[in-house]
Amino acid sequence: MKVLLRNPKREVEVEGRHTVNSLLARLELPRESHLVICNGTLVPGDASLTDDDVVEIRPVTSGGA
Amino acid sequence: MVAAGSKCRTCRGPAIIDLPRHNANFCAEHFMELCRRQVTKAIEKFAMLTPEDRILVAVSGGKDSLAVWDLLIDLGYQADGLYIGLGIGEYSDVSGEYAKAFAAERGLHLVTIDLRDEYGFDVPTASRATRRVPCSACGTSKRHLFDKAALDGGYTVLVTGHNLDDEAAVLFGNTLRWDVEYLARQLPVLPARHGFPKKVKPLVRLTERETAAWCIVRGIDYLVDECPMAEGNKHLAYKAALNAIEQESPGSKASFYLNFLDNMAPLLAGTTAAATDTLQECRSCGAPTTGDLCAFCRVAEKSRAHEPVPVELVLGKGRGRR
Repeated sequence: MKVLLRNPKREVEVEGRHTVNSLLARLELPRESHLVICNGTLVPGDASLTDDDVVEIRPVTSGGA
Repeated sequence: MVAAGSKCRTCRGPAIIDLPRHNANFCAEHFMELCRRQVTKAIEKFAMLTPEDRILVAVSGGKDSLAVWDLLIDLGYQADGLYIGLGIGEYSDVSGEYAKAFAAERGLHLVTIDLRDEYGFDVPTASRATRRVPCSACGTSKRHLFDKAALDGGYTVLVTGHNLDDEAAVLFGNTLRWDVEYLARQLPVLPARHGFPKKVKPLVRLTERETAAWCIVRGIDYLVDECPMAEGNKHLAYKAALNAIEQESPGSKASFYLNFLDNMAPLLAGTTAAATDTLQECRSCGAPTTGDLCAFCRVAEKSRAHEPVPVELVLGKGRGRR
């Protein structure tokens, strides 16, 4: 499945079936600092993703204090 | 996508977000309800705002500031926005567009200030001229201009989008240094005093994952890209450390910060009184300061004397300070 990542903006191909949580773990991205948007909608950790889905992993951490 | 098995804690409908710190999942409607409840609780507990207040929201075009502006309007408050163009190359250009679009789409009033146009310098130049990390010059400039705009505009309260992660990270840094003076000032409300407006942080009970989710659920288009000059700063390192703890022990960030406010902050009250009593007027702009020139005017004086520095030349300057 194609996954859009941010900061910097790029697309990666991830093989195999994944839930949101397993996808984040596969990409070594902490759940606490990311949201996953599938086909334009927020999805929780146990949602299953398929090859046809448009998936974006959005970081939520801001650097300013 | 195969629908998630998790259900909303409130209505048992399909969940869109899991919040381990609440040990619960929520649908869009009840997630928004949770956010409204958390913000209302913060506003009421710390006496942040009244319906009569004239509110100015500091807006960057990012998720937190747009979320807090949206939440305040949603909760029935009247609030204008303030955007400051900091001259951080394309990043500032784009962030300004998000702030302006948000205001225009909702018919809200946005005050804009451009640091280069109105004060003759920008953040990359200030960083180079003062030989400080970019976040230092940026913070000094923003705090000064927020205060000035609020006072000049007759606003009674200045709102910032600091969230639970921001406050927990600052608390973590202050605690690592046992910086008692900074710890004593780390409150979600700073009362108005001579030369300073009242400042409040209504998002202190929401994590940044929650403020970002609020924006997505509400259809708020915000600047996702991180400020290129923030890369490598200590604040991000503290957030990463706290998130590693949170992953193992959900709710730790909230306990760390909110229990500090309940249990520790009262013990530190009054620690800063002596320092604030000795403030005098800056000889250049009249703002309160402990010295002859305020921090902003010192930065401005050095920066205006320096030739403009493109953002690319100071990128990643915070690296190595973790």
